[in-house]
Amino acid sequence: MEELMQLLSDVRPDLDFTSEKKLIDDGVLDSFDIIAIVGELNSLYGIEINVENLLPENFNSAEAIYALVCRLQEE
Amino acid sequence: MITNVLEYLERAAEEHPDKKAFSDEHGSVTYGKLEEAARRGGSFLAGTLQERNRPVAVMIDRNISTLVAFMSIVYSGNFYCPIDVHLPKGRQELIMETLQPACIINAAGGTAEYDVKTFSVEEIISGDIREEVLADIRNSAIDTDPLYAIFTSGSTGVPKGVLVCHRSVIDLAEQFDRAFHFTEDMIIGNQAPFDFDVSTKDIYVCLSKGASLEVIPKKLFSLPGLLVQYLDDRKITTIFWAVSAMRIIENFKAFDKMTPGYLRQIMFSGEVMSNKVLNYWRRYIPDAMYVNLYGPTEITCNCTYYIVDREFADDEALPIGKAFRNTGVFLLGEDGNRIKETGKEGELCVRGSSLALGYYRNPEKTEEVFTVNPCNGSYAEKIYHTGDMARYNAAHELEFCSRKDYQIKHMGHRIELGEIEIIVNSLPFIDAACCIFDSVNGRIYLFYQAGEACDKKIIEGLKEKLPKYMWPNRYCFMEGLPMNKNGKIDRVRLKEEYIEKRKREG
Repeated sequence: MEELMQLLSDVRPDLDFTSEKKLIDDGVLDSFDIIAIVGELNSLYGIEINVENLLPENFNSAEAIYALVCRLQEE
Repeated sequence: MITNVLEYLERAAEEHPDKKAFSDEHGSVTYGKLEEAARRGGSFLAGTLQERNRPVAVMIDRNISTLVAFMSIVYSGNFYCPIDVHLPKGRQELIMETLQPACIINAAGGTAEYDVKTFSVEEIISGDIREEVLADIRNSAIDTDPLYAIFTSGSTGVPKGVLVCHRSVIDLAEQFDRAFHFTEDMIIGNQAPFDFDVSTKDIYVCLSKGASLEVIPKKLFSLPGLLVQYLDDRKITTIFWAVSAMRIIENFKAFDKMTPGYLRQIMFSGEVMSNKVLNYWRRYIPDAMYVNLYGPTEITCNCTYYIVDREFADDEALPIGKAFRNTGVFLLGEDGNRIKETGKEGELCVRGSSLALGYYRNPEKTEEVFTVNPCNGSYAEKIYHTGDMARYNAAHELEFCSRKDYQIKHMGHRIELGEIEIIVNSLPFIDAACCIFDSVNGRIYLFYQAGEACDKKIIEGLKEKLPKYMWPNRYCFMEGLPMNKNGKIDRVRLKEEYIEKRKREG
């Protein structure tokens, strides 16, 4: 989780990812951020996030992203 | 001859009042209802404002109400100026200062905090239609009256409001139809925000054909997991999208699982389209018509087009093609003469009905780029200098080469690097700063000189003034910025040493 928080704040140093719960629904992250985050996640965790995973419920908060990463690592 | 865009709406409303005109995520409005609401809104505004050809600011969202507000304003004989409520306060204020709107219509919900009369869309459309007032407004209107103002980045730090008249938009709709043979049964999938002139095509191509427009929710573009499904659910046939939106599909390989079943006209603009991205689309949707559209806001969306008619390798350049009918496009050489030969670069200049009226309340900037044609010594013909350098290829198609200045295209937005630099340099803890755009990986680099590294403080400072898409993507602190012989920041060296070199070294 710590690793993930670092990754996220590298992409958006201005955000507090511990409190944001509606990163997508409120339009906090834009497509540029998502592309950067997905690219970093794929290489850091050796996973492959595909288009079916690109849903608001998987990216609205740091916990949701973490859950997605864990799920994909198990597969 | 059509002289007012409302004639499109009225024609469609008369021919098929029950057809859906505009839809968003939550609902839709028929042509009949749209016309009625806009007439009510127009009557209300005409009564309240008692003025014509004045700006009305619209706080926009991706919804039908925004479009009802636009049409109401046009009925009142005034022009609309879309403003994104998510823009930083400082930037909104700069726009309001230039615009000095007669009133504000809030179509975005929440409260607008300006010292100007503000109405909700519900408020303006709840009154009666005053036919004689509307008729009087229409009878005295002319087609060179302004229709909208759209603000764009300005190198001096102040955004410029591009003012466009009815004639230019009518010309756009007619020439697009002539080139692409649109049909009444098409369903347009709107991606562009309404403060972006790409959306002008969505709105007015739709109205002029009596077609239907679907406003696609914004979050489907940041996270495209459900985007393709949405295109199919809404049976979208036609898109005018920013290149950046098409790139998202390719980046995420969004067609690997599912391909849109109804799309047949795919048109794109905003920045250079990479054939790598286009080839991905062409592989999955081989039978669609693909069109590369080129042009700045100042000439009403687009002045040239290229219908993709052959194969291109991923690393080849896609032409911007040829001028639309009733539009003059030529390349101006440094010597003030027209360039006609193949391969030689010149500044792309435009003449015709599509030219904007100028920048609203900004005669200095207007005179810089809307000039008398230097190639025409016989009468005062107005042309627009795009600042884009282009050339003819062997097939005599136009090809975009580069910019003359520091304007860039980033995530579909037009940005003056100078505007970012002015804001960064205005922060008290910054000694000097310089922005460089790396077009290969699409990143804005900020090099800054300060007492200490302070990336986060810079972002905090920018947040108040600049929209997110203008924030630098990489921050490089330096104890001293390199200078060239003329005592200016050495951009060439920064680019070579800190961007190219690092990329090579991975």
